[in-house]
Amino acid sequence: MTRDEALFEFLLRLGDNTVVLSHRVSEWIGHSPVLEEDIALANTALDLIGQTRFWLGLAGEVEGKGRTADNLAYLRDAWDYRNLLLVERPNGDFGKTMMRQFLFDAWQSLMLGKLLTSSDPRVAEIAAKASKEVAYHLERSADTIVGLGDGTEDSHNRMQAALDDLWDYTGEMFISDEVDEVLSTAGIAPNAASLKEEWEELVGRILKDATLTIPDSSYAHKGGKSGVHTEHLGFILADMQFLQRAYPGASW
Amino acid sequence: MYAQMVKTASNGVKSHDEMSDKERAFQGRIDADEKIEPKDWMPDDYRRTLIRQIGQHAHSEIVGQLPEGNWITRAPTLERKAILIAKVQDEAGHGLYLYCAAETLGVSRDELIEELLAGRMKYSSIFNYPTLNWSDMGAVGWLVDGAAIMNQVPLQRTSYGPYSRAMVRVCREESFHQRQGFAIMMKMATGVAAQKAMAQDSLNRFWYPSLMMFGPPDADSVHSEQSMAWKIKINTNDELRQKFVDQTIPQIEYLGLECPDKTITWNDEKGGYDYAQPDWNEFFDVIKGNGPCNKERLAARVKAWEDGEWVRDGLLAHAKKKAARVAAE
Repeated sequence: MTRDEALFEFLLRLGDNTVVLSHRVSEWIGHSPVLEEDIALANTALDLIGQTRFWLGLAGEVEGKGRTADNLAYLRDAWDYRNLLLVERPNGDFGKTMMRQFLFDAWQSLMLGKLLTSSDPRVAEIAAKASKEVAYHLERSADTIVGLGDGTEDSHNRMQAALDDLWDYTGEMFISDEVDEVLSTAGIAPNAASLKEEWEELVGRILKDATLTIPDSSYAHKGGKSGVHTEHLGFILADMQFLQRAYPGASW
Repeated sequence: MYAQMVKTASNGVKSHDEMSDKERAFQGRIDADEKIEPKDWMPDDYRRTLIRQIGQHAHSEIVGQLPEGNWITRAPTLERKAILIAKVQDEAGHGLYLYCAAETLGVSRDELIEELLAGRMKYSSIFNYPTLNWSDMGAVGWLVDGAAIMNQVPLQRTSYGPYSRAMVRVCREESFHQRQGFAIMMKMATGVAAQKAMAQDSLNRFWYPSLMMFGPPDADSVHSEQSMAWKIKINTNDELRQKFVDQTIPQIEYLGLECPDKTITWNDEKGGYDYAQPDWNEFFDVIKGNGPCNKERLAARVKAWEDGEWVRDGLLAHAKKKAARVAAE
C-alpha cells in the first residue's frame, strides 16, 4: 500500500464518519425534545457536513481521479464506505442518539488533536478547523450524558440501556490495520490503537459523573473501516443518494 | 404571512370618547410611533391579541421545520444539504425569539406549546401542504418565505418593542432564505427536463396556497381594524397579496415557468396585476384541520413533545441535584 493509497483510505474513513453521522443527526431536526435541542442538533449536523466537504474533498484530490466530495458521498455504494459501524446505528431515543454522539465525539476530539501535528499540512489544516467545532460537540454531548445519566431514574435507565447497546461498537475505533501503519510511520496520522487509553480515561470520567456503568464486555463489532457494514447503511445511502442516482448527470 | 386570521380580542375600535384616560394615552403613544415595552401599561385586549399573533407566528416557525425537514436527508449535494439544514435551524431560532417575545407579555413557552398541541392555537395554513419533490425546497424559500417577508418587513415597525425587534432579526435571515429558494428554482428551471418539470410542479402546487398565506380578502376580514389601529397589523391582507403577486409574476417569467393562474393580466390603471383568487373554501378547510398534512404535522409535534418528556424531566432533575450540591458546599 502506497502512502497516497493509505491516505485516501484514511480520509474516506474520516469523511464517511462525518457524512453518515450528520445524516443520522439531521433526522432529528424538527422532532427533538425541546427547541434548543433542535437548534443544537442542526448545528452538529451542519458542522459534520462541513467537515465532510473538507475530508472527502481532500480524499478526491489525493486519489487524483477527478472525483469531488459530492461524487464520493453520493456515488459510492455501501461496500465502498469506510465509516465506523457506530455512526450508522439507528437514532433510537434522544438518549441513544446523544450517547452515540458522545462516544464518537470523545474519539473524534482525540483523533483531531493528534492530526493537528500531522506531517501533511492539508490534514493538519482541516483538523485545526474541525477540532474547534468538535470541542464544542464534546462539551455538549458530555453535559447531556451527565445530565440524563444523573437525572431521574427513568432517564438514568435509558442512558444505561443506550450505553449497553452501543458499547460493542466502540472497539472498532481502536483496531489498527495497514492504513494506520503506513500513515503513522509517515507521521501523517496516529495509529488507531494509540488513542484507546486516552479515550477510555475521558469516557470513563464522564460516565462516572453520569452514574453509568461501563458494560463488562470487550467484544467489538467491526467491518465498517473495510466496507463491511450493518444492514442500516444501505438505507441511509438509498435516502441520501436518491436524487443523484435517479437523475444522473443533473446539476443541483 | 405566518399569522393568519388572528382574532383581535375586542369588539371593534373604540372611539376617542369611549376610551378611558389610560387607553387614550396608550393610543396616543402608538399614534406617535412610540414603542410599547413589556413593563408599560397596555389594554388587556392589546396584550391578548399580541399573544395570539406572536404565538401563532412562533408556532408557524416550529411546524414550518417539518415540510423542509422532509428533504434534509435527501438533499442532492453536500452544499444544498448544509444550506437546507442552516435554513431549518434558522426557523427554529425564529421560533425561539418569538416565544421569548411572547413571554414578555406574561405567557410561558410551555403554555403556548400546550395550546398548539391541543389544537387551540393555529399555525400558518401553508405548512399543511406536502413537499413532494426537491424543487419544493426552492418554492418554499421563494414563495412561502417571500410571502412571509411581505408581512414581516412592515412588522419591523409594529408597536410592540420586543416583537418589532424580533422581526428585525427574522427579516434579515428570511431574505437570505428567499434568495436561496430562488437559487434552487433557477437551477431547476434551467436544468434537465425532469428538473424543469419538478419546478413547474412546485409552482403549480404552491401558487394558490401562497396567496392564501395573506388571509381572506379584506371584505371578509373581520379582525383587522383594531389591530391596525394598534399597529400590530400594518397592511391589509389584499394590499400585501397584491404586492406579492406584482413581485412574483416577473420572477416566474424570468424562470421561464408558467403561472398556474391563466387569468393573470397587467392592469395599467391600478399599476398591478389582476389575478384569480385562491379557492377560499379550501383555505377554510385547511384552517379547520382538513388540509393534506394537518394531522401529520400536529402528530409529529405531539410525538416530539411526548417522547421528549423524559429528557426534559431528566435534565431538570439533574439541574436541581446540582444546585442542591452547590448549596450544600
